[in-house]
Amino acid sequence: MNSQLLSLAIWVPILGAVPVFWIGSERRTLVRWLSLAVAVAGFLVTLPLYSGFDVTQAGMQFVEQAPWITRFNVQYLLGVDGISMPFILLNSLVTVLVVLAGWEVIEDKQAQYMGAFLIMSGLMNGIFSALDGVLFYVFFEASLIPMYIIIGAWGGPNRVYAAFKFFLYTLLGSLLMLVALIWLFLESNGSFNILDWHQLRIGIAPQILIFIAFLVSFAVKVPMWPVHTWLPDAHVEAPTGGSVVLAAIALKLGAYGFVRFSLPIVPDASHQLAPFIIALSLIGVIYIGFVALVQTDMKKLIAYSSISHMGFVTLGFFIFNQIGVEGALVQMISHGFVSAAMFLCVGVMYDRMHSRMIADYGGVVNTMPKFAALFVFFAMANSGLPATSGFVGEFMVILGAIKFNFWVGFAAATTLILGAAYTLWMVKRVVFGEVANDHVAKLTDIGGRELLILGLLAVCVLAMGLYPFPFTEVMHASVDNLLKHVAVSKL
Amino acid sequence: MGMKNLYLLVPLAPLAGAILAGFFGKVIGRTGAHLVTILGVAISFALSVLIYQDVQAGHLFNGAVYTWMESGGLKLQVGFLIDPLTVTMMLVVNFVSLMVHVYTIGYMAEDPGYQRFFSYISLFTFSMLMLVMSNNFVQLFFGWEAVGLVSYLLIGFWYTRPTAIYANLKAFLVNRVGDFGFLLGIGLIAAYAGSLDYAEVFAKREQLAAITELVTGWPLITAICICLFIGAMGKSAQFPLHVWLPDSMEGPTPISALIHAATMVTAGIFMVSRMSPLFELSDTALSFVIVIGAITTLFMALIAIVQTDIKRVVAYSTLSQLGYMTMALGASAYSVAIFHLMTHAFFKAVLFLGAGSVIIAMHHEQDMRRMGGLRKYMPVTYLTMFIAAIANAGLPPFAGFFSKDSIIEAVHFAQVPGAGFAYFCALAAVFVGGLYSFRLIFFTFHGKERFREAAHDAHGHDAHGHGHHAAEPHESPKVVTVPLILLSIPAIASGWLIGTVLYGKWFGDAIYIAESHKGVEKMAEEFHGVAGMVMHSVTTLPFWLAISGAATAWFLYIVRPDLPAVIKKKSGVLATILEEKYGFDRFNEWFFAGGARLIGRGLWKGGDQALIDGVMVNGSASVVGWISGLVRLFQSGRIYQYAFGMIFGVFALLTLWFNRA
Repeated sequence: MNSQLLSLAIWVPILGAVPVFWIGSERRTLVRWLSLAVAVAGFLVTLPLYSGFDVTQAGMQFVEQAPWITRFNVQYLLGVDGISMPFILLNSLVTVLVVLAGWEVIEDKQAQYMGAFLIMSGLMNGIFSALDGVLFYVFFEASLIPMYIIIGAWGGPNRVYAAFKFFLYTLLGSLLMLVALIWLFLESNGSFNILDWHQLRIGIAPQILIFIAFLVSFAVKVPMWPVHTWLPDAHVEAPTGGSVVLAAIALKLGAYGFVRFSLPIVPDASHQLAPFIIALSLIGVIYIGFVALVQTDMKKLIAYSSISHMGFVTLGFFIFNQIGVEGALVQMISHGFVSAAMFLCVGVMYDRMHSRMIADYGGVVNTMPKFAALFVFFAMANSGLPATSGFVGEFMVILGAIKFNFWVGFAAATTLILGAAYTLWMVKRVVFGEVANDHVAKLTDIGGRELLILGLLAVCVLAMGLYPFPFTEVMHASVDNLLKHVAVSKL
Repeated sequence: MGMKNLYLLVPLAPLAGAILAGFFGKVIGRTGAHLVTILGVAISFALSVLIYQDVQAGHLFNGAVYTWMESGGLKLQVGFLIDPLTVTMMLVVNFVSLMVHVYTIGYMAEDPGYQRFFSYISLFTFSMLMLVMSNNFVQLFFGWEAVGLVSYLLIGFWYTRPTAIYANLKAFLVNRVGDFGFLLGIGLIAAYAGSLDYAEVFAKREQLAAITELVTGWPLITAICICLFIGAMGKSAQFPLHVWLPDSMEGPTPISALIHAATMVTAGIFMVSRMSPLFELSDTALSFVIVIGAITTLFMALIAIVQTDIKRVVAYSTLSQLGYMTMALGASAYSVAIFHLMTHAFFKAVLFLGAGSVIIAMHHEQDMRRMGGLRKYMPVTYLTMFIAAIANAGLPPFAGFFSKDSIIEAVHFAQVPGAGFAYFCALAAVFVGGLYSFRLIFFTFHGKERFREAAHDAHGHDAHGHGHHAAEPHESPKVVTVPLILLSIPAIASGWLIGTVLYGKWFGDAIYIAESHKGVEKMAEEFHGVAGMVMHSVTTLPFWLAISGAATAWFLYIVRPDLPAVIKKKSGVLATILEEKYGFDRFNEWFFAGGARLIGRGLWKGGDQALIDGVMVNGSASVVGWISGLVRLFQSGRIYQYAFGMIFGVFALLTLWFNRA
C-alpha cells in the first residue's frame, strides 16, 4: 500500500532544499516561491497519513523497511501510530507558516534561511517516524544542526552564546541516550528495532539507569525544570521562525521520546520514578508560572509560558491514565498552534519596532486593531480559555490528575490563575491603554500575508477547541495499547 | 425532531448577530450592526417564549448535539437540557438582553466602537444561553468562561482608560480564582462519577454521598459542592471574591445592567440551583453557602451607603442582593433564589439603565454630589428609577418585596448551622437597603441642583459636540426611555407571580429538596395569595425596617442635607473603613499581586539565574574549565617537561620490572 508516504514526508522538504540553496539568495522572489512550493508539497504529502489512518489499529501504520547498515543490523525503518502521526502533520503545517513568516523580514541570506527550515522540517518528520534506534538518533542529532545555524546566523545580538548554550545543553543529553541505545542493542542480541526493545525483559537496576539516561536527554529537550534555562535564551536570540519551530515542534521531540522510549521500554522504572517526574512537572508548572509573571521581555515571557505548558505534558504522561496521556498529547498539539501564534505575534511587533520589551509598548490596539484582536485571541488560548485548543489539553490533564491524586490536580489547576495572570498582564501592558509613544503611534496594522498566517492558526486553535474529537479519536487505540503495555512488568 | 433545531437556534441566532456585527461591522454600518444583533436576540427571545409554552405543556428535553470529545471512558458531549429552570433563565436573559440592545442604540450613539459593542453584547447573550441551556459540566464551564471573556472585553471596552484595563484584568483574574475551585469540583465529579452529564451524575449522587475522598479524607459530596460553590463565589461576586464587581463599573452602563446585574453575575446562583440534587446532600456545604451569602448581603450593603458614584451605589446594591440569593440557596430555597434572581434582573436593570440615562444627561458625570434636583428635567427616568428603588428596598407591592421577603422567611426556617447569623444579616440588610436605595433617589433627583456648580469646575466634556448649553440636563431619547418603561413593568408586577413560581410546581422536578429541608413547603402552607402577603407584611419586622431605612434617607438627604457630612465626621474610623471597603483592594494588591511578583522575581533571579545558571550550568562549565586547565599542564609544549616525564616514566617502569615477583 502507500508505503512511501513517510519517506516523502521526510525527503520532499530535505531534497526540496537543494534547489533552494542552488538558486541562491540573489533571486529572492524565486527562492521564496520555490520554498513555499516545497513546504506546501511537504504538507500535502502528509495529508494521506491522516485520511488513510486506521483509527482502530493500535500498531504502526505506513511502515517502510529497508536494510541500511547491515553489519549492525541497522535499518531504515519508518512507521507511525496514533501518537506520532499528528505531529508529522503539525510539523509540516508549521513549516509552511514559517516560510511565509520569513517572506519579507529575512533580508540576509534568504535562500539559506529557507533551506535550513526545510531541512529541519524533514529531519523532524524523520524523528517522529523513525522506528530504528540509530535512525532515530541520527535524525534527533541532525535536527540540532539547522536549529543551531538558524539561531547562530539569523539571531539577535547575543546569538552565539545562545546557540552554544542550546547546542551543548542538548548534546550533553543526547550522549547519554546514545549509551542507552547501544546497551539496548547489545541486550537485545543485536537489534536496533525500537519495537523489539518494547518487548525486552530488563532487570530493575538497568531499567532505572536507562530511564535516567533517556530522562536527561528528553528532559533537556522538553524542557523540564531544572534543565530549562537554555530555552528562554535560545528563544530571545532566535529569529521569529526559529522560535516558532523551536516552540511548536522541537520541544515536542523530548516529550515524544518519553512515550516512544521511556514508558514502553522501561515501564517498571517509569512507575517507580513517576512521583519524581510528577514533582518536577508540577514545579515546572508553578515555579515557571511565577517566573513568567515578572518577565520584561515578551519572548522570554512566552518562552517561560511554554515551559509551564510543557509541564502539563510530562505530568499527563506519568499519571498513567488514558485521559491524562491523551490530554498530554492534545496539549502538545495545541501548544504547537498557540505558542507558534504567540511567537509570530511578537515577531509581527518586533518587525515594526525592533524591540521585544514590554515597556516599549502600550496601546498597540489603537494603531493595529486587527492584530490586537488576534493577539488577544491567542492570549486567551494561552490562558486556556474553553473553545480554544489551549483548554482541551489542560482540562484533560487536570481531570486525569485529580483522578490520580487530588492534590496533584490541585497544584496543576493553579495554572488557571497563573497562566491568565502572566499572559493577560502582558496583553494589558502591550495592547491596551493610550498610545504609549511615537513609535507605537507610527505602527501599521498587519497586512494580508500576516493576516493569513495568524488567521490560519486561529482557525486551527478554534477548531480544535470546539471539536477535539477527531484529534483524540486517532490516539485512542495507540494510547490504550501503550497503557496496557506499561501496566505489565518487565522484570 | 424539530424542537431540537429550535433549541439550537436559540443560542445560534445571537451568535450569528455577533459574528456579522463583529467581522463585517464596517460593511453593514452602524444601523446594520444594531439591526442584525437586535434581530438575532429578538428571534432568540421569541423562540424562548415558544419553548416556554412547550415546556409548560410538559415537553422536556435532554439530549446531545454532538460529541465534543471522548477519552478514558469519559464521553463529553455538547447538549441541551430544556426544563422549567432553563426556560426561566432563557426568558430572563433574552428579555433583558433585548432591552439592553435597544437601549444601547441611544447610549452608545456617539461611540466609535458602536459595532464592536453590539457584537460583544450579542456574543455575551450567546455564551449565557449556552451556559443555562447546557446538560453537562463541560458546556457549563465553557459558558461560564465565555461570559467571563465577554465581561473582560466589555469592562475594558474603553481600552485607553487605565482604570478600565486595570478593572478588566482584575475581574478576569478574580474570576479565575473562582474557576479554579469550579474546575476542581468538576474534576472530582469526573473522577468519582465517571461522567460529566448532569442526569448521569445526579443518578449516582447517593453513591457519591457515601464516598470519602481517598487522598484528602473529606466527605466527597461536601468537597464537590464547596469546590463548585467557589466557582459561584467568583462569578456571583460573593465575599471575599466580590472585589471585581464594583470595579467592573468602568465598562459602559448597558453592560453593567446586562452582565453585572441581571444575568452573568447570577450564573452562580443558577448553577447552584441546577446542582440542588448534590448540594442537598451536604449540610456542611449549605452552611458554608448561607454564611458566605449572609456576610455578602450585609457588609456590601453597608458600603453602598457611603458611595458617591451613582453606578457604584447600584453595584454594591447588586452585591448585597446577590448575597440574598446565595442565602436562599443555603436555606435550600432554590426556587426562591431563582425568583429573586428574576425580579432582581428587572429592577436592577432599571436602576442601572436609569443611572446610565442620568449619566448621559449629565454628560458622563457619575458623581451624585454634582447632581440633585434632576426629577423635573428627566421625569421618565426619575419615575422608573423610583419604582426600581422601591422594588430594591423590598417594599410591597413591588416585585422585590415578594422575593426578598420570601428569602428572609426561608432563612428563618433554615436549620443548617449559620442560619441564625444569616437571619440577622438578612434583617439588618433590609434597613440598610431601604437607606441606600432612597439615598440614591433623593441625592440624585431631589434637593438642590448642584450640577451647575459642577459645570464650572469641570469643563472638559463640552468637547464632543453636544451643543452649547451642554450643562442643562434633559430627558434621554426614546430608545433609552422605552426600555426603561418596558423593564419597569416587570419590576412592579413580576413579584405577583409568586404563587405560581414558588408554590405552583413551576420548576417541576428541576429542583430537588431533601426531606429535612422543607422550609419552602412550610412557607407554602402560610401563603394566602398576593394580597394576603402584602397585607400581612405590614405587621412584620422587615416591612418596618425597610420603611425606617427609607425614612432615614428622606430625613438625611431632604430634610437635613447638612447632616450626612456631620455624621461622617463624627463616625471617624467607621466611615473610613466603609470608604476603604474594608481594605480588600489594598490587601489584595499588596498581598496577592505584590506577593506573586515578589515570588516570581525571587525564583527568577535566585532560582533560574543564580542557582541553575550560576551554579549548575556555568558551574559545570567552570568545572570543565578547571579540569582542562589541569590537563593543560601536561601539554605545555615545553620539551624539558616532556623529557622529564619520559625519564620519570622509564624509571618507574624499570623499578616495577626489577621488583616483579
